[in-house]
Amino acid sequence: MSASTTQKIDPNRLTLWERHYPGHDMISTRTFGFWLYMLTDAMVYAALFASLGVLSHAVNLAGGPPPSAIINPVYAYGETITLFLSVLAYGYSMVALKSGSRGGVVGGMFVSMLLGVVFLAIAATDMGHLFAQGVVPETSGFLSIFFTILIYHALHIVVGVVWMLVMIAQIARDGFSANVVYRLINLRLFWHFQAVIWVFVFTFVYLQGMVA
Amino acid sequence: MLVHLQGPWNPLLGRLTLQQIPYENPILLGTFIFAAILGVIVLGATTRYGKWGYVWREWLTTVDHKKIGVMYCLVGLVMLFRGFIDALMIRTQQAIAIGPNSPGALGAVHGYLTPFHVGQIYTAHGLIMVVFAATPLLVGIMNIIVPLQIGARDMAYPYLNALGLWLTTAGGALVMLSLFVGNFAHGGWYGFVPYFELPYSPGVGVDYWMWAFQLSVLGTTMGSINLIATIVKMRAPGMTWMRMPIFTWASLSTNLIALTSFPVLMVALGLLGMDRYLGTHFYTAGMGGNLMLYNDLFWIWGHPEVYFLILPAFGMMSEIIPTFSEKTLFGYATMVIASFAIGGVSWGVWLHHFFTMAAAPNVNSFYSITTMLVGIPTGVKVFNWIFTMYRGRVRYELPMLWALLALFLLLVGGMTGMMNAFASNDYMWHNGLFVVAHFHMMVLLIAASVFGAVEYWFPKVFGFKLEQKWGKWFFWFMVLGTGWVFVPMFFLGMAGMTRRLDYIPYTQWAPYLHITLVGMAFYVVAVLFFVAHLYVSLRDREKNRVGADAWGTSRNLEWMTHSPVPAYNFAFIPHVNARDEWAWRKENGIAELHAGDYEDIHMPKNTGIPLFLGLLSMGLAFALVWRIWWLALLCLVLMVALIIIRSFDRDTDTTIPAREVERVERAARDGSSGSVPPAGVLGDAVIATSTVRSGSGGIGGNTTSPRPSWAPRNR
Repeated sequence: MSASTTQKIDPNRLTLWERHYPGHDMISTRTFGFWLYMLTDAMVYAALFASLGVLSHAVNLAGGPPPSAIINPVYAYGETITLFLSVLAYGYSMVALKSGSRGGVVGGMFVSMLLGVVFLAIAATDMGHLFAQGVVPETSGFLSIFFTILIYHALHIVVGVVWMLVMIAQIARDGFSANVVYRLINLRLFWHFQAVIWVFVFTFVYLQGMVA
Repeated sequence: MLVHLQGPWNPLLGRLTLQQIPYENPILLGTFIFAAILGVIVLGATTRYGKWGYVWREWLTTVDHKKIGVMYCLVGLVMLFRGFIDALMIRTQQAIAIGPNSPGALGAVHGYLTPFHVGQIYTAHGLIMVVFAATPLLVGIMNIIVPLQIGARDMAYPYLNALGLWLTTAGGALVMLSLFVGNFAHGGWYGFVPYFELPYSPGVGVDYWMWAFQLSVLGTTMGSINLIATIVKMRAPGMTWMRMPIFTWASLSTNLIALTSFPVLMVALGLLGMDRYLGTHFYTAGMGGNLMLYNDLFWIWGHPEVYFLILPAFGMMSEIIPTFSEKTLFGYATMVIASFAIGGVSWGVWLHHFFTMAAAPNVNSFYSITTMLVGIPTGVKVFNWIFTMYRGRVRYELPMLWALLALFLLLVGGMTGMMNAFASNDYMWHNGLFVVAHFHMMVLLIAASVFGAVEYWFPKVFGFKLEQKWGKWFFWFMVLGTGWVFVPMFFLGMAGMTRRLDYIPYTQWAPYLHITLVGMAFYVVAVLFFVAHLYVSLRDREKNRVGADAWGTSRNLEWMTHSPVPAYNFAFIPHVNARDEWAWRKENGIAELHAGDYEDIHMPKNTGIPLFLGLLSMGLAFALVWRIWWLALLCLVLMVALIIIRSFDRDTDTTIPAREVERVERAARDGSSGSVPPAGVLGDAVIATSTVRSGSGGIGGNTTSPRPSWAPRNR
């Protein structure tokens, strides 16, 4: 108890109730929650990467191809470049948001979205080739986790692309209302997060796979 | 990509055929008739009294954290009852099926349940009690109390809150549905691989288990995001971290655990799902699968989950014990540190669930020691509670009785837990009844805290206290049942009895098993007393109306608003000046002050979308269980569409005008005359009207709370 009973309290000098309380900052509350969501998703990825570590033993190849035989560095390079350029474009879109330029935001986002689609196309081509060669998730424990991580990441990109479409529509309808702005900020977090995760995918799935 | 299935499948209904309805089983038939009659009564009464509009407006579409919390608790209570019936069946089966000469009935060689049926029952019992009874009850209470304790008007994300509720409910409903359509998993609630893989468990039971589990994972994760954001971002001005009520601290710690551990379970179950649906080889025997991967992933969630359940229970005890000791909590800072220490250690102990799985001795030793470390912060908590009571004016009212029972069970469960922490001990009784008895002590501790918390906060939510007489009968029969059921189990565990037996080969265990059956009889009587407790409380609610400060000696912010709490929680947001703010105000004689003119209050608007998303998620899960691909796709597309459509909705908020606030506040302050809110609800229309018994120390009432007749005099 911070105040003992011997201490005299003067009610007139105390603030007991908050008059005209403005409420909590909506945008910062929503953004904070999105950080928490990203923490949960980071845990999902952590568990998947841990599974990759477990299932990378020679036993887990079960006679199937090792990672070095199936990884095509050209595709991985192309995916890396497109995803990072896409994040860069989204960054310019956010710069435009600061100056309130609707055209700048939508333009940046459109480029970002297109690059996201290109990323998906490269990933689909890569996986399509592998599937055509009979390298499928059912082949071995290692290939199961290999494809799971890649597809789980690609699904995030799909969600991001759909989200950008929705945001372009909402900007066109509402301009930069509080709801639109917090969603743009959260989408920025989401999109950057996918690039960060891609660094881990590249390191653990591709780089480590090539070396092993 | 899709796996080849044994048995029939057609595009329209998937694996679902008429033979999957177990109408030939008299137990399930009886259950169905019971459920159907109950359903008809509930739905019929709602229609008969024209309450559909009320149910829709006030409950199904609500985003009010108090109502969502109440619904969480109702779901938890229903599932608790189901889990209890499962327990009753396990215990009766084990009391009958002892030795080769034991009788058999209903198609069973021994006892009255076939091994397949027993398997489903104990799997359902475990899953239900952990994720569909304890979790919703705790989440529900946190949902109601945390925003009130921090002086907020709602949760950070009211819409997400409703979504979490409906996803959890969908999961629970799916478990219930498995009773009547198909069957449930029969290999234990945490699943075994490769036993839960398709070749060994080709039926739909594991799929029901998996998808119900996944839905609850989603719901709980969303709830944890919401509660953490609420606590971090929504505290009233002046409420610094070290002024936060201890239950809020416990909630923060517990939800940090949930936030970080539930996604791992999502992966554990998700990979199993890929194995079962797409033919991958994560956990298969052979083809490069790894069986231990499942155990590790599952228990990396599983053990933090235990502390996710127990920390809110500790928080509840930390609220109840100071109130009924009429003292401030002893060792507030150490209590906070201990909560987070338990949360932190919870991440480093999971391997003690499988000491016998051929880990190296140094690995086992590491996890033995981390497990024992849990005892240190827990011990700090126990001593803090004891010192809180020491030289306090302890009043043995119902919440306090439950808290003391919880304290006692914590000692028994904690000490036996230390015994389990030795890997060498575990080699002797792994998977045995000693372990079962140990963790039932711990979960009964949680149950005792929850009952205590319900008794304690019930008047805050509903405006009247629960009566004491039948409640005490309920309490004492729960004590009796707990002793008689679980003490013999410790002996049986020492004697070598393993879990999940449908037939007991050793007749010398019979006396112990019969004693546990007597204990179950005490539990049954306790349930009847519980019903009487609720009935009498509801009948006599007028006599037990209370004001804002229902117990007279409570200490925190939630008691600074009317009982029942109005929709907007606080007409004015309190400014916090001290730890135990309400107790501080009462001590300084400033409890009657309020701020004058009322203001408009901004609140979120009701929406039916979370309910529809919950229904669709249940449809999706059901379609996946039966592999009805068109239905799964349809539900998924509709869910995505609904989420997008909702994001275009600009009309999501509403304002309660100042005049309306004033009307409600006046009614609550002055209205000791006949205006009584409808029974057992949180008020009519948008806003509650409540009655304060004159002189009960509500806001604007007397400055000091009256001393109840049962309270001890000054010594």
